[in-house]
Amino acid sequence: MRAYLIRRILLIIPTLFLVTVIVFMLVRFIPGDVLDLMLAEWMTEGSSDIQDIEDLRAALGLDVSLPVQYGRWLGIVPSQTGEFSGMLQGNLGHSLWDNEPVSDIFRARLPVSIELGILSMLIGWTIALPIGVLMATRQDSLADYSGRTFAIVMLSIPGFWLMTMVIVYPSIWWGAMPNIIYVPITENLWENLKQFLLPACLTGVASSALMIRLTRTMMLEVLRQDYIRTAWSKGLSERTVLTRHAVKNAFIPVITVIGAQIPVVLAGQIIGRAFLDALNQRDYPIISAINTMIATAVLIMNVVVDIAYAWMDPRIRYS
Amino acid sequence: MAETALQRPIEVKDVRKRRIFLLDMIVRLFKEKPMGAVGFVIIVLLALTAIFADLQWLGFAPPEEGGPGLAPYGWNQLFLLDRLSPPSAQFLLGTDNLGRDMLSRIVYGSRISITVALGAQAISVVVKLLIAVPSGYFGGKYDIVLQRFVDAWICFPALALYLTVMAVLGAGMWQVIAVLGISGGISQTRVIRSAVIRIREEVYFEAARAIGVPGWRIITRHVIPNIMAVVIISVATGMGMVILAESTLSFLGLGIPPPYPSWGGMLSSSGRRFMTLAPWMMVWPGVALSLVVFAFNMLADALRDLIDPRLRGGLGKYSLSLEKLREIAKKKSDELKTELEKAEQAQEGDNLRV
Repeated sequence: MRAYLIRRILLIIPTLFLVTVIVFMLVRFIPGDVLDLMLAEWMTEGSSDIQDIEDLRAALGLDVSLPVQYGRWLGIVPSQTGEFSGMLQGNLGHSLWDNEPVSDIFRARLPVSIELGILSMLIGWTIALPIGVLMATRQDSLADYSGRTFAIVMLSIPGFWLMTMVIVYPSIWWGAMPNIIYVPITENLWENLKQFLLPACLTGVASSALMIRLTRTMMLEVLRQDYIRTAWSKGLSERTVLTRHAVKNAFIPVITVIGAQIPVVLAGQIIGRAFLDALNQRDYPIISAINTMIATAVLIMNVVVDIAYAWMDPRIRYS
Repeated sequence: MAETALQRPIEVKDVRKRRIFLLDMIVRLFKEKPMGAVGFVIIVLLALTAIFADLQWLGFAPPEEGGPGLAPYGWNQLFLLDRLSPPSAQFLLGTDNLGRDMLSRIVYGSRISITVALGAQAISVVVKLLIAVPSGYFGGKYDIVLQRFVDAWICFPALALYLTVMAVLGAGMWQVIAVLGISGGISQTRVIRSAVIRIREEVYFEAARAIGVPGWRIITRHVIPNIMAVVIISVATGMGMVILAESTLSFLGLGIPPPYPSWGGMLSSSGRRFMTLAPWMMVWPGVALSLVVFAFNMLADALRDLIDPRLRGGLGKYSLSLEKLREIAKKKSDELKTELEKAEQAQEGDNLRV
């Protein structure tokens, strides 16, 4: 087990290295130089102090070769000022446009992302677990069929379309306008929750489709096991068989999936606007930083999930 | 010395009823999976819509000039006096902000969805097989190195990756097909790889290796046919996913650029901007999209149940009953017994003669 663990953790390193290379190189291939975009914008704004483009390039650190840029970004090659400050030193870089540290951008968005992510996951799993268990125990019944159809319908409707429809049309018809100024949770808990309720419910219900299907499959698999038959033949009540024997075993893989979902759910919230804007503005550091952070979180979470799996289910032995 | 039964060449008779796989699947789909059959019918209708949107490919005039076809007008034909007009007899689903007929655009949009789904899945299958089969078959260092790349690739959220790559390639249908195909292919290699690894444990694989069948022949004759079930299921599930991904990309402005009638693109800027003024601009493309993805998902679910016996509900009412299985087993063992007895008797006869 320990050997396995060490191997898993060591294998993160080459993967992470590849991730950073992919992330760093990919954004540089986006056509349209950030400098051209900047100059174009200053031209239209009519700023008189258009600098020499080469000076600007040097100031942004884009004048050196790509490997050196990569090294500086990672923190293994000294920057212009001669010090090492990159990812490895915990410096996520600065926006090319307004020099805002990327970590500040994260700090501003993370509370909202995390709260929305947690709420929607909570809602999603609260819906999914009981329904999934019920569907599996009553396989091929009306409840099972309607649950499966609901799940597939939810998986088929494009989220961006459904969310727009559900949020915009009711507010037109009933004139209900959600409060769009963010209230921090520390200021007013109730206002804050009210704000998050609608989007969290929507994303929660939408994401419950996958969870329902997963719970159902896992329960079905467990219900076919010999130990469930043994439990039945001992004359245990349905309740005991389900809660003590079936659900406990079926939920182990389900819980690990919840774990693996966490970074993805959070990522989904972060990449929203900030990511699209950064892409359109060719703001390389922001794109790279967001991608790297998410990828790292996913990698680490995968290992954590594997370990948790073995810890919860003593039958699993890694080698 | 007389030939013993064991030395006699074994007669192999193919007792299975030979049926065309695809036809067999469709028949079973309608018999056993009504919801899957509904999906199948919707997909057939979608394909027909795409084919008969106009008959230009048969040499007829385009709809703009009154040619025959399902689309009443051209996909980019402007009726500038009828902008944003609600559904009417002339424009069944209304017109958009440029005065284009929504019905025609949705009908033509089916061509884009089908092309993207088929194209991306074709690429994805090739990518999947190219990466997963050697990785699972050879294993070792090759596998470890390749899997690091796959690991690195799949730890990005799909959307972030698609957006970045689309920004690199620029918007366009072929770019969307390439990105969704390659990326989807890479992220699904794991399933195929583990299927290949499972086959390596099988007796027939060992046997083929033992009698010296060359590697490429093992791959083409033993490995690939046996992972086809997994591949087919992944393609079926992939179709809906690809259509959704294309529409999301087009919605975000990095997929298929306007004026092409991609359903996702129709929901994008103009659809959203006019959604209060002209709800039909927002509603219909979304309905078409949901319906088609729903059909693909239903079909995929049904196909998975039909193809993969492990996922079927035990000895369900459509598979062999236990009695039937016992009967077959008894018959087989009886046959074997008489064969062995004969062999023994022959052996004894030989011994006596000596």
